[in-house]
Amino acid sequence: MANSNVVLHVADVHKRFGGLHALADIDLQVEEGKTHAIIGPNGAGKSTLLNVIIGKLAPTSGQVVFDGNMLTGRKPYQINQLGIARVFQTPEIFADLSVLHNVMIPAFAKRDGTFTLNMLRSLDSETTIRQEAEHMLEDVGMLNRRDMHAGSLSRGDKRRMELAMCLIQHPRLLLLDEPTAGMSRHDTNTTIELLKKIKERGMTKVIIEHDMHVVFSLADKISVLAQGRIIADGSPDEVRGNPKVQEAYLGGAH
Amino acid sequence: MTNFMSRNDLLLFLGFAVVVLAMPIWLTPFGAGYPDLLQRFMIFGIFAVGFNILFGLTGYLSFGHAAFFGVGSYAAVWSFKLLTLDAIPAMIFAVIISGLFALVIGFLSLRRSGIYFSILTLAFAQMSYNLAYSVLTPITNGETGLQLTLNDPRVLDAALGQTFVGQPVPTLLGQQLGGYAGFYFCAGFLILSFFFAQRVAGSPFGMMLKSIKSNQTRMQFTGFNTRPYALSAFVISGMYAGLAGALLAVTDPLAGAERMQWTASGEVVLMTILGGVGTLVGPVIGAWIIKYFENILSALNDNILAQFWSFLPEGVADVVVKVTSKFVGDGWHLTLGLVFVIIVIFLPGGIMEGVRRLTAVARRSGPPGAKSHQPQPAE
Repeated sequence: MANSNVVLHVADVHKRFGGLHALADIDLQVEEGKTHAIIGPNGAGKSTLLNVIIGKLAPTSGQVVFDGNMLTGRKPYQINQLGIARVFQTPEIFADLSVLHNVMIPAFAKRDGTFTLNMLRSLDSETTIRQEAEHMLEDVGMLNRRDMHAGSLSRGDKRRMELAMCLIQHPRLLLLDEPTAGMSRHDTNTTIELLKKIKERGMTKVIIEHDMHVVFSLADKISVLAQGRIIADGSPDEVRGNPKVQEAYLGGAH
Repeated sequence: MTNFMSRNDLLLFLGFAVVVLAMPIWLTPFGAGYPDLLQRFMIFGIFAVGFNILFGLTGYLSFGHAAFFGVGSYAAVWSFKLLTLDAIPAMIFAVIISGLFALVIGFLSLRRSGIYFSILTLAFAQMSYNLAYSVLTPITNGETGLQLTLNDPRVLDAALGQTFVGQPVPTLLGQQLGGYAGFYFCAGFLILSFFFAQRVAGSPFGMMLKSIKSNQTRMQFTGFNTRPYALSAFVISGMYAGLAGALLAVTDPLAGAERMQWTASGEVVLMTILGGVGTLVGPVIGAWIIKYFENILSALNDNILAQFWSFLPEGVADVVVKVTSKFVGDGWHLTLGLVFVIIVIFLPGGIMEGVRRLTAVARRSGPPGAKSHQPQPAE
């Protein structure tokens, strides 16, 4: 805790669902500008942990502190306004709207806050936000799809668009829940390249993943979760060499 | 102009205004070119345009909007009774009161979404209906309905020294609002209402409403508090309903509880779905069609039917008259129900989807000569 670079601190978090101890004694420190991966076998509690961080689930005990602000008990939109954006395991997008509008909406949230009654302004006059959204789409290589119906995009494109929706807010922390789940190898590689590009800009990221290829190409630090507990914590090399991890997780894969 | 309204929007608006203002002309061949019916076209058009802001844009299906319509009527009649017979103060008063009423009911109902929201609005509307029908008789005059009388105080009119002879009727700057004057008064409000709805739909706020309909979870994780957005849409559509209710009181200064009943709430849902949910023009067309057929079909009786079917052999004609008579007159709702079922099954996007499909077909087939003929194999 003495480390001043810690942006996100998950302190002593427990989460019980009835008799199930989904998260036990989780202590996690995410440093500014780093990519922190949380890995673990299915059912280890990765998504539960992410949901606790994002405010979707309240921890049974313990707290989550982001940049001096307690996240526990805050609403999802308040957490977003503090500077945390999230990419979901199954893309959460506005399927009925165009790709461009999908990316413009988060920019409005960033500029205008949680609620603004700007109903007599024309959308066409919002040129700054439109241009910002177009740049963002160019960044993720989707500018040619700007007028498409978001619902008809391929899964890989939906994910890239969702990433653009998060990035346009310039979040201080980006949470990614299995960003390459269900993607082809090719799409996975383009996504990894994109995430590396983001990393160069110094954005702090927490990635939940079980694809080792993704984790080891991106992470600065890895925490291994098994049965609701953190069993190892460290740089990719340290984690790779840890016998406990190999037994609990990597061992099963080989 | 480009920043104010896009060219397409402007054309749509102008086209709409022309169609509305010319209605007395182009509806005459259809037997609908008389003021009484035209006024109702305008009034229910406004009701449907406003309802669509909540249902079509935001995705919240209210089954209780007739309550705001009724509140608008009562408020307008009270303004006629207490203040003045001029219509403008009555409209303003009605829109404010129905807006406040919608704020309360919306605040409570929007704690839930989906079917629970619909049930809550239905429950509140039925409560309002019962209050108007019996409990609040001193305000609503219960079963009889609220009417204008010669003894009403009308303080503003009295202060200006205006007196009336005979039965009091609403006016606009001293002009009586009967007949075509009433129609153009209502038409002005419909055109204004349409313009405002167009602006809302094309604004960042309108985009937020559409996003709430599309994915409320994503909205929340994107940093928006969705509740005030939905509540604003609810209040705006409630104010539209109040405006429509007030106009009905202007054209016919009598407010009864029956216009708050759930069948009236259901009717505006039907209008919106029939015309095309989420489109700007669709709900208005839906309202016109329902009001038109209500007018035509409910006026038919056995004698007219017998004449219509007289070309059939006598025995057959009797049977046909007997069957069809169930679908007209008081039974015209049967026809409405059938049409509604057919539309929902075959054209879920309503009449507007039908129009879109037809234009798509017309475009695909292109000019008839352009199609190449398949060479016929020689025998």
